[in-house]
Amino acid sequence: MATATRYVGKPLKRKEDPRLIQGAAHYVDDIELHGALHLGIVRSPYAHARIRSIDTARARNAPGVLAVLTAEDVRAIGPIPCAAQIPDLKPAPRLVLATDTARFVGEGVAAVVAADRYRLRDALDLVEVDYEALPAVVDPEKALRKDSPRVHAGLADNVAYRWELEGGDLKKAFRQADRIVKLRITNQRLIPMAMEPRAVLARFEPGEDRLTLWSSSQIPHILRTQIAAMLKFPETGVYVIVPEVGGGFGSKLNVYPEEALACHLAMKLGKPVRWTETRRENFLCTIHGRDQIAEMEFAVKRDGALLGLRARILADLGAYYQLLTPLIPTLTGLMIGGCYRIPSLRVEITGVLTNKMATDAYRGAGRPEATYFIERSMDYLAAELKKDPVELRRKNMPLPKEFPYATATGLIYDTANYQGALDLALKKVAYKKLRRDQAALRKKGRWIGIGLSSYVEICALGPSSAMPAGGWESATVRIEPTGRVRVLTGSSPHGQGEETSFAQIAADFIGVSPDDVTVVHGDTSAVPYGIGTFGSRTLAVGGTAIYHCLEKLRDKLLKIAGHLLQDDPVKLELRDKKIFLKRDPKKSIALGEVIGAAYTAKTLPAGVAPGLEATDFYEPSNFTFPFGTHVAVVEVDPETGGTKLLKYVAVDDCGKVVNPLLVEGQVQGGIAQSIGQVFLEEAVFDEQGQLLTGELMDYAVPRAADIPWIESFRTVTPTPVNPLGAKGVGEAGTIGATPALVNAVVDALAHLGVRHLDMPLKNERVWKAIREASAPAAGKGKRSK
Amino acid sequence: MIPAAFEYFAPKSLDEALRLVDRHGGEAKLLAGGHSLLPLMKLRLAAPRYVIDLGRVRALRSIREEGGRLVVGALATHADIESSDLVRLKCPLLAETASEIGDVQVRNRGTIGGSLAHADPAADYPAAVLALDAEIVAASNSATRTIPAAEFFVDLLTTALRPGEILTEIRLPVAGRQAGAAYRKLHQPASGFALVGIAARLSLDSAGRIVSIGLGVTGVAVRAYRATAAEQALASKKPNPKLVADAAAKVAEGVEPLADIHASAAYRRASAAVYARRAIEAALLRAAGKKT
Amino acid sequence: MGVEIGVQVNGKTCQNEIEPRMLLVHYLRDVLGLTGTHIGCETTLCGACTVLVDGRAVKSCTMLAVQADGSEITTIEGLAAAPEAAGGLHPVQEGFWEKHGLQCGYCTPGMILTAVQLLHDNPNPTRAEIRRALAGNLCRCTGYQHIVEAVEYAAKKLRARKR
Repeated sequence: MATATRYVGKPLKRKEDPRLIQGAAHYVDDIELHGALHLGIVRSPYAHARIRSIDTARARNAPGVLAVLTAEDVRAIGPIPCAAQIPDLKPAPRLVLATDTARFVGEGVAAVVAADRYRLRDALDLVEVDYEALPAVVDPEKALRKDSPRVHAGLADNVAYRWELEGGDLKKAFRQADRIVKLRITNQRLIPMAMEPRAVLARFEPGEDRLTLWSSSQIPHILRTQIAAMLKFPETGVYVIVPEVGGGFGSKLNVYPEEALACHLAMKLGKPVRWTETRRENFLCTIHGRDQIAEMEFAVKRDGALLGLRARILADLGAYYQLLTPLIPTLTGLMIGGCYRIPSLRVEITGVLTNKMATDAYRGAGRPEATYFIERSMDYLAAELKKDPVELRRKNMPLPKEFPYATATGLIYDTANYQGALDLALKKVAYKKLRRDQAALRKKGRWIGIGLSSYVEICALGPSSAMPAGGWESATVRIEPTGRVRVLTGSSPHGQGEETSFAQIAADFIGVSPDDVTVVHGDTSAVPYGIGTFGSRTLAVGGTAIYHCLEKLRDKLLKIAGHLLQDDPVKLELRDKKIFLKRDPKKSIALGEVIGAAYTAKTLPAGVAPGLEATDFYEPSNFTFPFGTHVAVVEVDPETGGTKLLKYVAVDDCGKVVNPLLVEGQVQGGIAQSIGQVFLEEAVFDEQGQLLTGELMDYAVPRAADIPWIESFRTVTPTPVNPLGAKGVGEAGTIGATPALVNAVVDALAHLGVRHLDMPLKNERVWKAIREASAPAAGKGKRSK
Repeated sequence: MIPAAFEYFAPKSLDEALRLVDRHGGEAKLLAGGHSLLPLMKLRLAAPRYVIDLGRVRALRSIREEGGRLVVGALATHADIESSDLVRLKCPLLAETASEIGDVQVRNRGTIGGSLAHADPAADYPAAVLALDAEIVAASNSATRTIPAAEFFVDLLTTALRPGEILTEIRLPVAGRQAGAAYRKLHQPASGFALVGIAARLSLDSAGRIVSIGLGVTGVAVRAYRATAAEQALASKKPNPKLVADAAAKVAEGVEPLADIHASAAYRRASAAVYARRAIEAALLRAAGKKT
Repeated sequence: MGVEIGVQVNGKTCQNEIEPRMLLVHYLRDVLGLTGTHIGCETTLCGACTVLVDGRAVKSCTMLAVQADGSEITTIEGLAAAPEAAGGLHPVQEGFWEKHGLQCGYCTPGMILTAVQLLHDNPNPTRAEIRRALAGNLCRCTGYQHIVEAVEYAAKKLRARKR
């Protein structure tokens, strides 16, 4: 960075923490509005049912009830938006309340408004819906069969779209291959499970024609635009405020029925209306993640060189499209080649409709799937070719000097040193010794497994050409007359800590302390139009917009100071609230004086406008591509199939780091979510489409004791894509860790001939694999499940 | 998330509570720590018309030794039991079992009486009280009776308690010399309940023979049970690893294991054998005065 | 039909007539306006609603407010008034800040109060003991490692103060 880095790069404590650790922060449900009413939704208990009739009379007459609405009453509200643009995407529109057919368990069929939570809960049971159950489509592979019931009767089948991507000469690759290796891998459906369920509060002030929506969201501006469109209300009258958000992981990167319903009802009833999701609702009707099946087919040389890859991916989209639903699997397609030189490649994606809640962006959004598919395959290939998994990886990685590297999928990887991260990880786990220990322990009946994953991911989403709703970000930076710096960002952090990291950047530029900087986000009336926080973009894209504003402001301050000091601005430096001559620091002027001059506007140089405010809309020229290597060591209990994580080493390269504490937090949290996916988590449905893991009683997420001590390291390869050199790190953990963990468990069972296991690796699944592999009949077979 | 409305009573004595139970009978539910009842009420799987809160009947929370037995009041919380020096000394198996229940907050509120009366097939205490040959004391307006643990668990969520009765205390034999016990549990990873929970209690004679043994099993079947076949395989024998493993393999003999998304019947059966062996091994080590 | 309850919340006497079915967490949040206590599930599993009732960590979503009648309750808002805080932040709060023990902050109040009980019972816990003590509190952001370090920080500080 072209300025002194006094704060950037330092592990500063977070500015947002004092309010959070004292219970003084306000999440949506904590906001009190006089007379606010409570909204609740009556939801379909069937995955697929015709709604014959709804009797609302009893509910309407229940104590404290103000309104009961069905689809009929909200016909004016437009459908739930989907921004993804996929050629020939079949229409699957969803309305805020189901009209004649419910297509997943949890789809709203009626809305009830009552004076308080308790009356509301009582009234919800009094709405009587007459359903005619229809056959449900649950399994995505069965959904493709000709005789399958259809999710949308108006469509010819359940295929939402087919999408293909091809690069290089695949036919030639398969002709020249010594071996063709095939593997089928699933990446199961997950529940994002942010700790704060979704919550909405809407207020309408008819005098001002002002509709204010507080929502637990990652995308305040997109939400504002979409709400205006759904309600046909002037966007200038819609104010979206995103207060504290208790985690999102992509699940709040969306527009949901309750947001529109609360607004509609607030206007209709003339009182504020709030809706707070229960955890059960969160499981049923907030988006799910992942849910892909990949058939990977590799053309390889005997020496391990990869020649080509054909990947067929089946993506279960659920019953409707949420904001980005159909787009997510295409990200898997783009990244399917991982960090390897694969000269030819073909990806075929089939998006399929089923009677389930929609899948959409969940931490990593398509890239964890890609990385899991390729990295699981690399270990499988290594076993098939009898190569060490490290050497197979190394052989196929492009060298640092080959960057920028054009992939067969059409991406340009910005910069990397894959070997550097790999070597550091191997060194930190003492890989060779670990392998020796493993062999020695196996002789004693202890089954240790070592798993590796070298990943590359796609971050800083992204150039607008590749993004459905634009991929830029905005910022305004204002230096107030008192010298306080206000940073207004269009991104919308919700736990990532940008109030601190953005303040660090601003402090360095303006020569103040981070304590002098206030970062404002999430309020559409305060900050310029922005895209939001997702896709590991906030620092790399949002931060760069701030960077550009700060550059402009610093230049302006120096110009004014040069005028006041009667010296050339290029000879001046700004630090510690002073502007001084570089070669004679004694000749200086206080920052406050210069700021004062900018506002009193009496002594400004010619051509310099008053005020100290700059705005920037930054359009990135490319994505960034962070990378790294993770190594997991597990022990499997041969008797029970229980797994224990003994060691975890992560080496991540996210480019330049503004606050290492925050990076560490992101890495560890992501790895924990991967541990959840690998060992515990799965949205399990029965054949009727009932979610059997619909509560925390049945859906296990990692607890403190499930996570080992994670040793985290970094290499630093700054990206040339943005001036911060930052690549992004928010999703690295969920991308890099999953394959390392599964590879470790499979490695622990390698001596039995086990070559692959599908997640989640619950004790029973591992136990079964051990038993089947150990059974005499299966003695020599390479059992895969 | 929110219980249905009910009428609330907070009796201050057992007599008062018994009178209320008598009066409101089947329409009333007893509330102790609330960690079995309130979750059901919040999900509206239970919607009693009356709730009789025993929380003010302080006498029911005592833990004491009486007539050579350890007596634990029904309102003793899991945390009370886990941390009680008396329980740890006189009946360490109960303390160990209590420490395996839920989490800190659950143990601070949940009570042994509430848990036993609820008779969840995956609850932890049933294994211990069965293994220990505990007696469960039930009071009613007319009488007080003692129910042997082996007769207490009747079926899924069903106990031998009769209408009008309140479970008041649990009486447990005090651990003797050369005795050892252990509770080993396979956790359901989401809820923390037992997919398999085995409580083993045994004592040895001077020759190292098992003179007394109790194996309580929870989580495996619709109700907790004593694994008598496994017990018989060890009774009066001098244990060795093979004998223990063979006995443990009988722990689910004649039982139809539960099956759900967390564990199939086959896995429950197989795990029960492994955990039974581990519990017996740990109990043997403890009986021999060794640490586990 | 209401019942009268009286509780001490963060040192203040509160008397209210409430429905018997009202959950303690709703009493704290909706009646007393203490919104630092959060709701993350309905099944006694996430721990976001943890408060101290008579010094013990309790999930306030699984306790009726009437059951707390006569009790002393400490919520996150009242923790800084504890003697250990010595006029500033409680050492556990401080630890979470120092060690980056939170991200979105939603689980944090419950996590902190559970840790307060742990350090009261066990002033010098091992990492394994800390992890076990926090088994009833879910965090989806941090991966727990920084939380463990936060509790270690607080333990050290509390021990130093007692010396």
